[in-house]
Amino acid sequence: MNHKHISTQYDAELAGVSGRVLEMGGLVESQTAQAMYALQHFSGETASQVLAQEERVNQMEVDIDRELWSIIARRQPTASDLRLLVSVAKAIANLERAGDEAARVARTVQRLINTGVSSRLRLPVVDLGHATNLALAQLRKALDGYARLDVDCAIEVLKQDDMIDQEFDGLMRKLVTYMMEDPRNISACIDLVFVAKAIERIGDHAKNLAEAIIYVVKGADVRHISIDDAQAAIR
Amino acid sequence: MNALSQAASPRMTIETEVPASAREVRPLADLEVAVSVRNCNLFYGEKQALFDVSLDIPRGHVVAFIGPSGCGKSTLLRCFNRMNDLIDNCRVEGQINIDGRNIYDRSVSVAQLRRRVGMVFQKPNPFPKSIYENVAYGLRLLGVSNRAQLDEVVERSLKGAALWDEVKDRLDASGLSLSGGQQQRLVIARAIALEPEVLLLDEPCSALDPISTAKVEELLHELKHKYTIVIVTHNMQQAARVSDFTAYMYLGKLIEYSPTRDLFMKPARRETEDYITGRFG
Repeated sequence: MNHKHISTQYDAELAGVSGRVLEMGGLVESQTAQAMYALQHFSGETASQVLAQEERVNQMEVDIDRELWSIIARRQPTASDLRLLVSVAKAIANLERAGDEAARVARTVQRLINTGVSSRLRLPVVDLGHATNLALAQLRKALDGYARLDVDCAIEVLKQDDMIDQEFDGLMRKLVTYMMEDPRNISACIDLVFVAKAIERIGDHAKNLAEAIIYVVKGADVRHISIDDAQAAIR
Repeated sequence: MNALSQAASPRMTIETEVPASAREVRPLADLEVAVSVRNCNLFYGEKQALFDVSLDIPRGHVVAFIGPSGCGKSTLLRCFNRMNDLIDNCRVEGQINIDGRNIYDRSVSVAQLRRRVGMVFQKPNPFPKSIYENVAYGLRLLGVSNRAQLDEVVERSLKGAALWDEVKDRLDASGLSLSGGQQQRLVIARAIALEPEVLLLDEPCSALDPISTAKVEELLHELKHKYTIVIVTHNMQQAARVSDFTAYMYLGKLIEYSPTRDLFMKPARRETEDYITGRFG
């Protein structure tokens, strides 16, 4: 919002809670990037770091939630303030789940290492890296859009969600091929199926975040509708 | 204009300027109109207090007027039963139709009008009489003296105002012996004893504690099935809680008039947004 409340304390509280969402988003973003690094380099150490961050992300979700309830109870927000706070609640839930997915990837890496799978085994981790970059870009763009309450940015995120889904389908086909080529790969490939699913989910959470931005700014609910309808709704 | 005054129950139209995107979500068109205001201008002497206000009050609903002090919301409310007639130098232009008839027409009896359009004020103002007589007062003025009929109306009105259980054993006690919240409900009972079509409330809870306020609000919810209610309130949360439609006024103009839910979730106008979110200043 580009102008201020009569109560500057209220402004400070809203700004504070939005700021913490972005902080949490930054944390989840780095967690996702690290999880993927851990997978591509079979680094148990990095995987442990991802899992350690998980605690912090969870705690942030709890803290931000508590702050939210307090603002709602004391200020009785309306209109764009109310929409902002509702969207914060949704954003942190999505970020926390995106963090969970990163942690899931990290745990998969640890299991692969423990079962003796190494980088010498031919696995399509590079393709996973490509999908991850897409998901990370989506998450980053959604967070940027959130920081600036930028609807155009949010619309771009919605448009690109399909790309991750296509990437995911491609990965599935590839993993099936690997499994058919050499049955010794099956166990590791199944793990990678779950990793691919986790990445796809992170993209979905970025999309949910983008939908929340549109709700804050335009008051339009664009969930579960086509991109064309979404664009029409905010016009 | 003529078509409006002829139709017995015209359909609602919204006269506020709103963006086309907001207009389509309004379910107002299907409601029956109780009071319709058209191009109302009001002057206190030289000073204009209302500027070209047009709106429809739907029957059997609660409509809240909100806005900062001096925005004209109480002035507009007082137009509905010609309370402004009592103020010197007050001049009203335009039309206010109730049941298709302009209440500012010469042929309208003001006493009759006020019977049909009851009013409750900011501070409870029971008469210095018994609880019973407070409620029966209007009927006695109309010449009703049949005790059984009066008893029945008093009981029904006090029940309607959710006060019966608290006062049924002391109907002879002075109306002034009641608590503020009870007094306000007594005044509401007095107003509904005459079975008005429209009930006007001018900040009815501003002198009450939260519990009494909640009781009056609950009462409004029950009363709206029988009466059309227009409430002026400074408390926006109250407007949000009790009303079906909310009108935001500023400097004598109607800025936005929408279903309450829309107005508080997604106001169509920037001015409204600024006011309800506390950015006004």
